[in-house]
Amino acid sequence: MFSIERWQEVFETINKNKLRTILTGISVASGIFILVILLGVGKGMQNGVEEQFERDATNRVSIYTGVTKVEYKGMNPGRRIQLKNDDYQFIDDNFGDDLEYQSSVYRIWGSLASYKNNSGNYRIEGVYPDNQFLENASIIQGRFINYNDLKNNEKHIAIGRKVRDDLFKDEDPIGKLVEISNLKFKVVGVYTDPGGEREESRLFLPISTAQTVFGGGNRISYLAFTLPKEDDYNVALEKSNAFVNEVSTNLKAKHTVAPIDDSAISINNSLENAKQFYDLNNIIRLFFWVVGVMTLLAGIVGVSNIMLIIVKERTKEIGIRKAIGAEPMSIVGMVLHESIFVTTISGFFGLIFALFLLEFLGPFIESEFITNPSVDFNVAISTVILLVISGAVAGFFPAWRGARIKPIDALRDE
Amino acid sequence: MIEIKDLHKSYQIGKNSLHVLKGINFNVKEGELVAIMGSSGSGKSTLLNILGMLDEADSGSYTLDGVPIKNLNEKIAARYRNKFLGFIFQSFNLINYKSALDNVALPLYYQGMKRSERMERSMSYLEKVGLADWATHKPNELSGGQKQRVAIARALASDPKVLLADELTGALDSKTSYEIMDLIQQINDEGKTILVVTHEEDIAHMTKRIVNLKDGVIIDDSPTEQVRALKHV
Repeated sequence: MFSIERWQEVFETINKNKLRTILTGISVASGIFILVILLGVGKGMQNGVEEQFERDATNRVSIYTGVTKVEYKGMNPGRRIQLKNDDYQFIDDNFGDDLEYQSSVYRIWGSLASYKNNSGNYRIEGVYPDNQFLENASIIQGRFINYNDLKNNEKHIAIGRKVRDDLFKDEDPIGKLVEISNLKFKVVGVYTDPGGEREESRLFLPISTAQTVFGGGNRISYLAFTLPKEDDYNVALEKSNAFVNEVSTNLKAKHTVAPIDDSAISINNSLENAKQFYDLNNIIRLFFWVVGVMTLLAGIVGVSNIMLIIVKERTKEIGIRKAIGAEPMSIVGMVLHESIFVTTISGFFGLIFALFLLEFLGPFIESEFITNPSVDFNVAISTVILLVISGAVAGFFPAWRGARIKPIDALRDE
Repeated sequence: MIEIKDLHKSYQIGKNSLHVLKGINFNVKEGELVAIMGSSGSGKSTLLNILGMLDEADSGSYTLDGVPIKNLNEKIAARYRNKFLGFIFQSFNLINYKSALDNVALPLYYQGMKRSERMERSMSYLEKVGLADWATHKPNELSGGQKQRVAIARALASDPKVLLADELTGALDSKTSYEIMDLIQQINDEGKTILVVTHEEDIAHMTKRIVNLKDGVIIDDSPTEQVRALKHV
């Protein structure tokens, strides 16, 4: 493998057939290129999905209500189910011990908020203090809504970073008064949320205040909880599913909704969603691997073909070598060496090109589901190993053929 | 050096079997210079192939330097060829993209000799055939006679027991042929056993013994008065 002779020969034959070798190399390079790009996109999809789930706590369970679809106990479908404060109380009484964080939310979709001459339309949500963790939000200035605010119906608000940037520009917002529907609210904190601008253009205030000043009465929009974290993903999933079933059964009974009616009371389990996305993601990644490897295979068949022709062309030379003492294995080694060399070098070009592309273009790709497509070191290493193996596979049959050449046939003068 | 007893060889051509060698008995002692003559189809090339372990006989025995040559697999045959035999071909069979020196060094490469030692030894053989100045030239930059000299140097490089030459002057003009035969005679004078297959009478008479083959049997095997090739040059 490391003898100068061997390398000399490899370069000699490559030199003699530059165009042919380059064309073959391109097919391998494009195969590896496509494989790596696909893997990068697969990784990007994974990043994208992960980001989606970072918006909120990953083990979050949310309960929404809607209109009944099924007739139940003599009541017609089409009845609107409304969550009230007592539903929150009901869950707190029955399941409070099992929960990590809990909040009911009263939501006003779009509301004009203004400070001095700046104003913007934002979502306003009346929440419990726990909501900060349910949203996966972190405080960057001041504090979030606390229990005192809630108890005293304080007109305190925590604003998203986007809201701060819009309304306050460079001014320090803490303690300033923001006007919403002709009422003044005091800013107590600014938060940031991994969900990005959309999640950061919200204003949070105590739910008690929200229900009072925006005419919510005792109505709530939805309920959100998290269960304590578990080390094992499957245990966590099992527990949250059990919790969802329990709550669903109880709430449906309480509101006289058919047990099968998921449009009247629907429960959204992030963990379950995450699992589905990860499963899907795994399938897509597997698919990418398969497609990429198939493309590479086409390149390998090309190399194999070329090596066959080379062996055919060098029949006489191989005959001479055998006559003067070359063992079959040394012929096999010679052909394999060239094949692995051509595959690996051209594959490297494909790999480097793909890595460059991912490195420089990757960060610019920001769509809903693909974020920063890239390949990690492991993938690079496995493709390199894959290349060497492919070179060996590509060279095997030609090498075998070369080893079986009989010198007596090869040397016969035509 | 070479002992052959009752050697038979036939080829299958379609449904017909072609009996090429019909019981050859033939011994060569160390230091002999033997010409094997015969018209085409007489079996002389087949005999040479068997002697060169490029082909195997159907029956009969072949002993080379006391080693019985039978049931060879490719690996062992290659090793024996490398150790015992040096080939010289009509069409030289040099490797085109290698320099004269590298061509000569090739058998030594397959012996596993170190590069520096290999090159030194190859160079000394090139000197011997008078081509030291051409060491770095590729075969296509050499004349026919020079190519054959390189081939002879290559055949000698592994210091084999026997040189097998198949129509070694077949592609050369007579002046060059005699020069090559002069070299062969010099090598034989140093004690090397050499077998030359030829159909040219004048070449055959430059050896010490002529074996005549016809239709697969030896019809004549007698010593000859050696004509020194140098006289003709």
